[in-house]
Amino acid sequence: MSEIIMRLWRGDANGGSFQEYRVPAQEGEVVLDVVHRIQATQAGDLAVRWNCKAGKCGSCSAEVNGKPRLMCMTRMAELPLDQPITIAPMRTFPIMKDLVTDVRFNFEVAKRVPPFAPPPRQPDGTYRMFQEDIDRAQEFHKCIECFLCQDVCHVIRDHEENKARYAGPRFFVRFAELEMHPLDTNDRRLLLKERMGLGMCNITKCCTEVCPEEIHITDNAIIPLKERAVDATYDPLAFIIRKIARRKRPLPAEEAQASAIVTTPLSELADGHGDAKKAKAKA
Amino acid sequence: MSAQSVTAAQPAGHETPVILGGVRGGPNKKTLRTDRWWLQPLATASGLLVFVVYATWAAFQNANYYVGPAMHRDYLSPLYSPCLAQNCKYVWGPVLGSWWSISPAIAVLIFPLGLRLTCYYYRKAYYRSYWGSPPACAVADAHRSYTGETRFPLILQNAHRWFFYIGAIFAGINIFDAVAAFRGFSGGIGMGLGTLILCINGVLLSLYTISCHSCRHLLGGQLRSFHTHRIRYWLWDKITPLNKHHMLFAWLSLFWVAFTDLYIRLVAAGWIHDPRFF
Repeated sequence: MSEIIMRLWRGDANGGSFQEYRVPAQEGEVVLDVVHRIQATQAGDLAVRWNCKAGKCGSCSAEVNGKPRLMCMTRMAELPLDQPITIAPMRTFPIMKDLVTDVRFNFEVAKRVPPFAPPPRQPDGTYRMFQEDIDRAQEFHKCIECFLCQDVCHVIRDHEENKARYAGPRFFVRFAELEMHPLDTNDRRLLLKERMGLGMCNITKCCTEVCPEEIHITDNAIIPLKERAVDATYDPLAFIIRKIARRKRPLPAEEAQASAIVTTPLSELADGHGDAKKAKAKA
Repeated sequence: MSAQSVTAAQPAGHETPVILGGVRGGPNKKTLRTDRWWLQPLATASGLLVFVVYATWAAFQNANYYVGPAMHRDYLSPLYSPCLAQNCKYVWGPVLGSWWSISPAIAVLIFPLGLRLTCYYYRKAYYRSYWGSPPACAVADAHRSYTGETRFPLILQNAHRWFFYIGAIFAGINIFDAVAAFRGFSGGIGMGLGTLILCINGVLLSLYTISCHSCRHLLGGQLRSFHTHRIRYWLWDKITPLNKHHMLFAWLSLFWVAFTDLYIRLVAAGWIHDPRFF
């Protein structure tokens, strides 16, 4: 039986290094299986986060031979087994131990996404949506929050200082989901441009390449958001049409809210729509 | 390992600041990738370089860009169309007058160049292959600091919409050139290999233009709800599959523009004969 050489990152915030483990090759295994075998037979203190082993919980994100991937969805057979297989923790997030990273950055950003804000219910007490409107956003619901897109995004992967002003691909997907929701009344375009770092993304599509759910993050979420920001700020034709339209009707509620959102401190945006209204009232 | 830390703005209800940075794991290496990640940016850089060198040379030639009535043809190179200077061999409209003495291609190429420079696909292509930002996924950025497209000059990428409007006009002009190429021996309808090449050029440029992300957005993507805009929804629905192949159309149309120019150039110079179908 042939032998596989695995190089696993071992260490914590105080330092670390790759350690080599040799295990017999077994047919049909994924990377996470081999890591578990190492944990069971050679390194009982190896820290690795996992849960479903079916590519649906998004827990076992790591960098296999330098590529951000889910360990449970990476077959050993697709790797070059004649060379050592390198497994490192996600580079973008601080290390906790071995292959486990602290992904709280994402949870902090999530708090700053102004939530869904539906209009008042219809007279019969219901909301109505149509299939064609649901279909478009369905893709975004597949996100399992593995944060591989956040990990691979060079805006924060290679420039730590940008974390304070950049939401990242996962949250652009969330923003797109809300912006394309037929019942949502919030307008997050200026917030995206001014505070969430939409302009920092240079659409090199790495987020799309690594997404295990095959969400077209760049084409269907980020670029449509960039185009919406252009609608709001850079398009001369849209500007003229807006000017003409405003003469005929009062400023739509969502556009009025946009300015309030942009001028509201991030700390107050956690509650989103409601807080934006309060901030506007205060002003 | 880096030990930078960034403190986030404090969300409501939190009493202690949350440290978002911290010490990263893994070695401080440019990349741990073991595959040939450099192959794609190298191929992209080479392809773009070949086109840029050829198009620059062709644009400054100011000759052999039109096959006219003397050869019973009506072929105008897409690099020179619309020909707006009075010194053109085939004048679309003498907008520029007789004072324009350099190649007429210089006056018009800025618009298709602007469309392609600000195109969402080409941005990916040249940011990766020329600017190294990043060269490939999970390979370190070639620059120490990064502000993306938030400052001058890269903030001008937001002008893509403007170039799309002009690009749509240019696509129409190229289709007109293809129709004009159906010229017969005595002014009637005829077709040569050059006509076919110009037709393919018009189709590919149109496909590249209408599959553009800005086009998809303007036709329907910008709507929150499709239900009350049935025509725009139909248009968006039809453009979306084309948009998936935007990269393919970008390369095919780029290659074909250069090939069309080369073919017309060779016919105009008398190096090859344009076969006549009817």
